[in-house]
Amino acid sequence: MRGGGLRIYALIYLLFLYAPILLLPLFAFNSSQIIAFPLAGFSTRWFEELVTVDALHEAVLNSLFIAVVSAVLATLLGICAARTAARYRFRGKGPVLGFIMLPLVLPEIIVAVALLTLILQLGLDLSVWSVIAAHVLICVPFSIAILQSAFQNLDASLEEAAVDLGETRWSTFRLITLPLVMPGIISSLLISFTISLDEFIIAFFLSGTDPTLPVYLWGLLRFPSSLPVVMALGTILVVLSILLITTAEFFRRRGLARTGATDSGGFI
Amino acid sequence: MSGPIVALKGVHKSYGDYHALRGIDLEIGAGEFFSLLGPSGCGKTTLLRTIAGFEDASEGRVLLDGRDMAGVPANRRPTNMVFQTYAVFPHLSVAENVGFGLRRSQMPKPERARAVEAMLEQVGLGGLGRRAAHALSGGQRQRVALARALILKPKVLLLDEPLSALDRKLREQMQHELRSLQRQVGITFILVTHDQEEALIMSDRIAVMFEGLIAQLATPEDIYNRPVDRRVAEFIGVMNLLRAEIRRNGSGIEAEIEGLGTVPIEARQVPGGLTGAATAGLRPETLTVLYEGQPDRGRVTHGNIEEETYYGDMTYYGVRLDGTDRPVTISMRNLPGRDILDPGTRTRVAWSPEALIFFP
Repeated sequence: MRGGGLRIYALIYLLFLYAPILLLPLFAFNSSQIIAFPLAGFSTRWFEELVTVDALHEAVLNSLFIAVVSAVLATLLGICAARTAARYRFRGKGPVLGFIMLPLVLPEIIVAVALLTLILQLGLDLSVWSVIAAHVLICVPFSIAILQSAFQNLDASLEEAAVDLGETRWSTFRLITLPLVMPGIISSLLISFTISLDEFIIAFFLSGTDPTLPVYLWGLLRFPSSLPVVMALGTILVVLSILLITTAEFFRRRGLARTGATDSGGFI
Repeated sequence: MSGPIVALKGVHKSYGDYHALRGIDLEIGAGEFFSLLGPSGCGKTTLLRTIAGFEDASEGRVLLDGRDMAGVPANRRPTNMVFQTYAVFPHLSVAENVGFGLRRSQMPKPERARAVEAMLEQVGLGGLGRRAAHALSGGQRQRVALARALILKPKVLLLDEPLSALDRKLREQMQHELRSLQRQVGITFILVTHDQEEALIMSDRIAVMFEGLIAQLATPEDIYNRPVDRRVAEFIGVMNLLRAEIRRNGSGIEAEIEGLGTVPIEARQVPGGLTGAATAGLRPETLTVLYEGQPDRGRVTHGNIEEETYYGDMTYYGVRLDGTDRPVTISMRNLPGRDILDPGTRTRVAWSPEALIFFP
């Protein structure tokens, strides 16, 4: 059979990628407290235990709050920067954009330490807001990269046509530009949300007494007895991620179909 | 007659060191079909965008219907534009596209819907109002763009190379449709095009532009038959250019032309009383290849056929006249019983001095 070797390679590749993730639900529903084969029996006690831990709920809420606010702020900033980059020419445009994109290649540990120093020097308290500030910083480059292609694919005469037909610049943006770059905006929100949600290093340095979910999970790992709970939590997160990405992709594709645009490769 | 609907007075436009427009004076009357014709980079699109309000003139004034447009933005000018890419809003339906400009009018909704339907009917898109705009063909998009602009009854409709993206057959059809639509609605159309044939077919008047200046402003017939200089002559259609020498001969003028000999000419053929070295121009259709056995008529010269290009209804011959170093183009209708002559054939060429135009 032609391509047989490649087929096997792809199979092994996928197995390597997803087999570990499949272990999560396996042990999450295992009644034994020890994470090892053979499995003991079916149980939902770890999920029940999850419900009772208040610290966990707080961490989840912190993470969601940080991720949502970071995603919205990063995307708003991304929209402004990407539109400017796509439409206007000005002196120093290259260096300015380069500096905005820099956090993309900057190790997060450096951002984390630098921000920690800054915040302490300014005498500010560590809170969810310090994490949000840092997450916006690292999400904006991704947002710009996604939105820049959305704005560049937008024919400039569409906006001119709307102005020509009597609209102001603002109503043109609302009626024409925004709906047409919406798939890009959704992608940007989604990727920023995901980056913020599972970011650990910065959150570890800056979250202070409001741990995010990754920071809380890391804390749990010190107690072997809580490992099955981590498994249960991981299972829920996997299911939620799949749901989230599927819905977002559905809306993105619908948006593309409505405008008849060619799919230039979205988030997935 | 009232004043011009569009008046440009000394319009300059520069981007840094680059001068896109270098002093345009132009008046366009109400109901005129006017074309701005020129090669790419001649400033025709910049001029159109200056009238629309997308560009500000660096110097000079733009008046629409007698009103100075300085400081009036594009959305408050009595002009509408059909863009080269049509710029049909892909996320709206055909009817929403056409009714887009009416959003801001006081017109009640049912009346608006009727206006949209009537407009669609007029541009040949009746019944397609609910269709998604992105599902339309190029020609249909073109019509949506037209309908969307015309429904606002602008004083001037600006068209930026609207037909260049269409295939040839559709383009020719749209040329005639546009022309008759313009006569129907009586709105002034200003068309930007680099296609000289399109300008000749559609326009009442044409401004031929080169390097930010209007080289000639005239009717299509004048532009074709009496181009003011070599650039215009060569840009519009095909023009054979031959070296010539113009001399006064007693009370008249005569010209010695390479390959054609010395002939008396009339003063009207020579711009500005030109004498001495000049260039003579002859359109391909004013020369005739004489077949064997055909009698001489008018003036006759000799040459060799070097190229032959078949166009179906016409054949274009490249004939090198004796005593010249490059061939002239001669167009011949392909009538029944008339053979296509092969390259290498020796032939007689008939021509007439009245068809000559001279340039410095």
